[in-house]
Amino acid sequence: MINTDVLVIGGGPAGMAAALSASENGSKVVLVERDNILGGILNQCIHNGFGLHYFHEELTGPEFAYRFRKLVEADKNITVYTNTLVTKIGEKFVEVMGALGNERINAKAIVLAMGCHERTAGNINLCGTRPMGVLTAGTVQKMVNIDGKIVGKDVVILGSGDIGLIMARRLTLEGAKVHMVLEINQTSSGLRRNIMQCLEDFDIPLLFSHTVFEVVGRDRVEGIYYGEVDENFKPIESTRKFLKCDTVVLSVGLVPEMAVANFVKTSNITNGAVVNEFYQTEKGWLFSCGNILHVHDLVDNVALEAKQAGKFASLYASNKLLASDNVLEVEHSKDFSYALPATIFAGQGNTEIKFRLKAKIIKKTIVAKCGDVILGKKFVLAGVPGEMMSITFDKSGANKKISLEIV
Amino acid sequence: MEEEKKMICIMCPMGCELTVKKTENDVQVSGNTCMRGVTFAKEEISNPKRVVTTLVKTANGVKSCKTTKPIPKELMFDCVKEIEKLKLDKVEFGQVLIKQVLGTDADVIVTSND
Ligand SMILES: Cc1cc2nc3c(=O)[nH]c(=O)nc-3n(C[C@H](O)[C@H](O)[C@H](O)COP(=O)(O)OP(=O)(O)OC[C@H]3O[C@@H](n4cnc5c(N)ncnc54)[C@H](O)[C@@H]3O)c2cc1C
Repeated sequence: MINTDVLVIGGGPAGMAAALSASENGSKVVLVERDNILGGILNQCIHNGFGLHYFHEELTGPEFAYRFRKLVEADKNITVYTNTLVTKIGEKFVEVMGALGNERINAKAIVLAMGCHERTAGNINLCGTRPMGVLTAGTVQKMVNIDGKIVGKDVVILGSGDIGLIMARRLTLEGAKVHMVLEINQTSSGLRRNIMQCLEDFDIPLLFSHTVFEVVGRDRVEGIYYGEVDENFKPIESTRKFLKCDTVVLSVGLVPEMAVANFVKTSNITNGAVVNEFYQTEKGWLFSCGNILHVHDLVDNVALEAKQAGKFASLYASNKLLASDNVLEVEHSKDFSYALPATIFAGQGNTEIKFRLKAKIIKKTIVAKCGDVILGKKFVLAGVPGEMMSITFDKSGANKKISLEIV
Repeated sequence: MEEEKKMICIMCPMGCELTVKKTENDVQVSGNTCMRGVTFAKEEISNPKRVVTTLVKTANGVKSCKTTKPIPKELMFDCVKEIEKLKLDKVEFGQVLIKQVLGTDADVIVTSND
């Protein structure tokens, strides 16, 4: 049996930042990671574009992970267990297996930082056979960038999420022919800069309102039938075409890794836990941050969020987390797909609400209101659903529901 | 010599669709919302550059590496080929693999951290 103040599950950027911050606030910390190295998804993201906000440098994923790992390794209050999988979370304890054998770790506070997993062919009801060569983008990324494998010569990518776009470029540079990216929606969920740098630079076509109708092949993918969809995403049979290929890469979204924490209340938009201003779930001792809370596009935001969560977990562990009895709910208008946290405590000081937009806005002002009182304003030159945004304001004037609106 | 090109500005998420007209001694940009679009378009039409990130082979697998600066876009594939030629036993984080790759001002360094 191991005892600690704060236990952090997951050693990606969120877990490392939470552990460092909990330690900084005086806690004894245990950090558990199932992989053999800290860094999480960053280790396989060899492209650059990380750390512009946090380190003021454009780093690759492994470099960003390296900086954090060195800080964690140098911190005497943090004990790291790699090759250790958390299999169960109970009231202020977890059960693990792996390098430690079967062990129980007791903690005063626990931080969830297990990241996301990818949606698979089954999740999106992909039709046709299931031969070798149908892979998710993250799996391909790991096979190519970590294991040095070649996945195929003729590739089609389904879904224009950022991971798919990044892999289109990577596979092209590795010598494969990426024939096309098919996107069922009319717009891409990926960042525009990725469409430009990863597709246009290499003349890879991106077809909107298109999808894979059927995968063909017995043992190995031999090709796909693809074509256009109507406004209800139904295949238009008259547009059906065949394309020879040996690999289909799926980039169709991420889902928070909440399986071991499924007892906690989650949001049906983010699929992550419902949390208050302290990143605290309905179980007071359980905190959540990073991709397991809501899918982030920038690792810098992951690190900043986790730093907060780690601090609050540490304060909770030492009985110093003081909250007002006056809990204010956070609401939003139909222009937003979600806002986080779900609740804020009445009191002094600044607070931050994170959100995603439902549709693109240009030159609009977003306000946080309490009744008729405007608590904070944010002018947005351009905002898109693909980018997480936030608004920070002084909450001292708030005494009931806080709502986000666009004016 | 007149050249016209459409491109998406990558300076912010707005993603303005720019039209860039290049004549012998002038570059005209339209479709931009702010001045950053002009700066971007001028560089992009005259000398587009990209950072290249790829893999280097070692005795026990592959390690990630990058160019320390953006290099001209048309050199991307050649740069990857130069790196593919290397056969190293072991590499270390930050190690310089190629100095001034293909005569550019960028070095290729190891980014893998394990
Ligand atoms: C392909 C891709 C490209 C991206 N590109 C960019 C980019 O260009 N720029 C940018 O800023 N951001 C980018 N991001 C976003 C950013 O990398 C992620 O948001 C960030 O890594 C999420 O951090 P995390 O710590 O929450 O999750 P992760 O990095 O996923 O870490 C979670 C960790 O938890 C561990 N774990 C899970 N379950 C358990 C368990 N039961 N027991 C023990 N350990 C467990 C996992 O092994 C993993 O190490 C990208 C993300 C992806 C997926």
